[in-house]
Amino acid sequence: MPELHLPWLEFSIMLPLLGAALVFAAKDPIRARRICLVICTATLLCSLGELADFASLSTFEAHDHWDIIERIFHKDVFVIDELNAPLLPLAALLCLLIVLSTLRTKASRFSFNLMLINEAILIATLSCRDAWVLIGLLVIATIPVWIEMRARTPSTRVYCLHMALFAGLLVFGQTLVSLGATFAGAAFLALAGVLRTGIVPLHGWMTDLFEKATLGTALLFVTPMTGAYAVMRLVLPIAPDWALQSIAIISIITAVYAGCMALVQRETRRFFCFLFLSHSSLVLVGLELVTPIGLTGALCVWLSVGLSLSGFGLTLRCVEARVGRINLDQPHGLYEHMPALAILFLLTGLASIGFPGTVGFIGTELLVEGAVTVYPSIGIAVVFAAALNSIAILYAYFRIFAGRKRAGSYSLRAKPSERIAVLILAALIVGGGVYPQWGVASRYHAAGELLRHREVPISNHNEGEVEQHSQFAPAGSDAHSHPE
Amino acid sequence: MTIDNSFYLLGLIVAISPAILMSLLGIRSLVGRQLSERATAIATEVSVLLGLSASLCILALMLVTGERHVEIELGNWVVLPLAEHDFHFHLKFVFDRLSVPFTILSFVLCGTIGAFTSRYLHREPGYNRFFVLYSIFLLGMIVSSLAGTIETLFFGWEFVGLSSALLVAFFQERSNPIRNGLNVWVIYRIADAAFLIAALTLHHLTGEGDFSRLTGTGPWPEGQSTLDSSHAFFVGLLLLFAAMGKSALVPFSGWLPRAMEGPTSSSAIFYGALSVHLGAYLLLRVGPILEASFALSVIVVAVGLVSALFGAFASRVQTDIKCALAFASLTQVGIIVVEIGCGLRYLALIHLVGHACMRALQLLRAPSLLHDYRSLENALGGHILHQSTGAWFGIPSRWRLWMHRVASERGFLDAMLQAYIVEPFVSVFRICDSLERKWNDWLSGAAPGQQTSKDGDTSSLEEFL
Repeated sequence: MPELHLPWLEFSIMLPLLGAALVFAAKDPIRARRICLVICTATLLCSLGELADFASLSTFEAHDHWDIIERIFHKDVFVIDELNAPLLPLAALLCLLIVLSTLRTKASRFSFNLMLINEAILIATLSCRDAWVLIGLLVIATIPVWIEMRARTPSTRVYCLHMALFAGLLVFGQTLVSLGATFAGAAFLALAGVLRTGIVPLHGWMTDLFEKATLGTALLFVTPMTGAYAVMRLVLPIAPDWALQSIAIISIITAVYAGCMALVQRETRRFFCFLFLSHSSLVLVGLELVTPIGLTGALCVWLSVGLSLSGFGLTLRCVEARVGRINLDQPHGLYEHMPALAILFLLTGLASIGFPGTVGFIGTELLVEGAVTVYPSIGIAVVFAAALNSIAILYAYFRIFAGRKRAGSYSLRAKPSERIAVLILAALIVGGGVYPQWGVASRYHAAGELLRHREVPISNHNEGEVEQHSQFAPAGSDAHSHPE
Repeated sequence: MTIDNSFYLLGLIVAISPAILMSLLGIRSLVGRQLSERATAIATEVSVLLGLSASLCILALMLVTGERHVEIELGNWVVLPLAEHDFHFHLKFVFDRLSVPFTILSFVLCGTIGAFTSRYLHREPGYNRFFVLYSIFLLGMIVSSLAGTIETLFFGWEFVGLSSALLVAFFQERSNPIRNGLNVWVIYRIADAAFLIAALTLHHLTGEGDFSRLTGTGPWPEGQSTLDSSHAFFVGLLLLFAAMGKSALVPFSGWLPRAMEGPTSSSAIFYGALSVHLGAYLLLRVGPILEASFALSVIVVAVGLVSALFGAFASRVQTDIKCALAFASLTQVGIIVVEIGCGLRYLALIHLVGHACMRALQLLRAPSLLHDYRSLENALGGHILHQSTGAWFGIPSRWRLWMHRVASERGFLDAMLQAYIVEPFVSVFRICDSLERKWNDWLSGAAPGQQTSKDGDTSSLEEFL
């Protein structure tokens, strides 16, 4: 396997762990915040270096230079490939933005060391390709969240029950796969994946998490969509098409249901939770379509939704930091007090629904086109879910930022650090929307490679197999002359 | 410089000048460094004049050279090389007999409104916000007018929708404009969903969304659709649905009077003149698809007729001048749609342009007209009496009362949507929400409503300070 020029992956995982130790030693929350900021910036730079290094290799996959785990266990555990290459900087960016948008006054109430531990686990999870290690990391990732919830609420039973079920399904499923019962194992693994993604009716833990944990922790646990990543790594390579497309049908039901639920919510956290659930289900729909165009759309939407809804959630967090939890039953009229946050709220919300000119536009078009190709009714449902989400977003915008005149003698405007976060996100959302070709082409290539690397026939029907192989012809490859 | 190069350069100027205006105003607002009122007005004037001059030059060149269909190719925005047929998002602008008048109309009316608003909203707190939304609208209109592919048209269409909804809610410290803005947005999104499905279906059926392939290769209004009758019926129905939402045709007419909550200038330009005609423009653009199915043409005529009758009926009893004008607009848009359904495309285009100019002027004049009216009545020393038309005398008074009520309640369309769609929807999902909460409460072993975290509902304002 090709090697990166530096051990970027190991740096990206070790830096947050080192930072967690430093933050733990620091008594002053302001100092802890500063250390966290430095560590998160360094981690983001490492992940960007990793992406640039990987892009320069022009290969499907690569592992670290001086890969210690590979030398000891003779196994490629942490690998960068076309699937996870952009997900790692996205996760690192999300962590940095969470720290940037944590006001100094909130520093004493936000656990920076747990956040850094979460970041290390998250990056390790997204870098991992070995099934058992990935399962271990997915299970471990639930613990810091539980610790935080335990400290804040009297009951964490809903979360614990769901996560215990998730862990059990993962272990049982992978054991079956290891024993050769691939289909049954894939079914259990898929169930675990949909549980972690929050597919209806297994989504109760998600609303519970958003109500009980800090918004920063909930965002970090949910928005990178590690459930979808688990499905991609553990299920996609071994499950037959019809099984995956069945998951797509369940996912589209969730997307529509969650979009409807978002419209009737009275609390912003539950509103965000359902909005996110609807979007993540749409990603899952595309991933399970198993067609080049649908998969490309899903991978694009994965990135755009990860970016935009993280920004959306962080904006909500900034607003909450000023006025407390927001009730959507009444208007709050905050626009005049925080115009930059209002604009970002709208921009990120619109980007998440694939509004033209934003990063999600082409991805959403591809996703719908992919869905229409497989099941026209699913394509229509995807459009319907997106329409519901867009209505919900403007409804929330009007409720939070308009509707009445709010008197206030103190400035609630965005602080410089928040303003930086706003500008970074806006630049990425608009930049990705204005020049989408690079990102879309890279996701298309990744989709093609992922389909190529599946161990099962691409379709159960022979004619479908031929059709699908011939459908895919990545840019710059010789797939036309060698259709595998 | 060759003729082709001149067309290309001028076409680019037409498309890019509103884009630059939007970028300038948008970026400055985002970074918190808004332009002064004067600078905003100048930037708007320059952008509109530049675009308008370039469009007029193109028109002159087309007349001189005899060209009736000029394509400005900007290449593929996105292209994915599938073996079956490439997926591409093709950016192409078309200058033809339809797009050139509509583009010039958009620039003229937007320029007028820009100049009017720079005085009308002078020193208003939302001055900058208005012009940011105005620039988005202008860009949306120009892109929609010039779109050479259905995807490009959708791009502009969405910009128009967003800016319109936000402008209805311009006076955002009041609850009514917000409610109405949301109402407009809901209708637009439903219509947009139909548009998107239509665009993707066309893409799926033909492999591309290029109008010149979909509606025949001849310059507008010639050309025949490449779709067969059944496909044309399905796609055309979706496009008609999208147009009905955008042009407030029955049963989506409820949003048009609601849209008048915005500033007078935006009412004039968006809902009286341009935005409300965008649906009709779409139907004109896809005319060959409508013609490919007789049943579809009949439906188009029926929708236009019902809308025109409803608009005429409702406008009779409106007590607010802007609402009366809104319904008068609906009547004319309905007639334009009937003309399109009958295949009278030139007539529809001329009607559209004339009506847009007249209605924009009427709406701009409306506030001062009321003032003048009051002055006149003061001078006369009493109300100016209006005589009923004789046509109503034969109708029994009970029926007249009932008709008056139906007209003043706008056909109960909004009430029906509220009673039969919105309320059941909210009730059902509120029940689902309540059941979910009970399920989580039961799982966690907590009493209902006792699950909040430690920082539950505490306001953190003091802490923030």
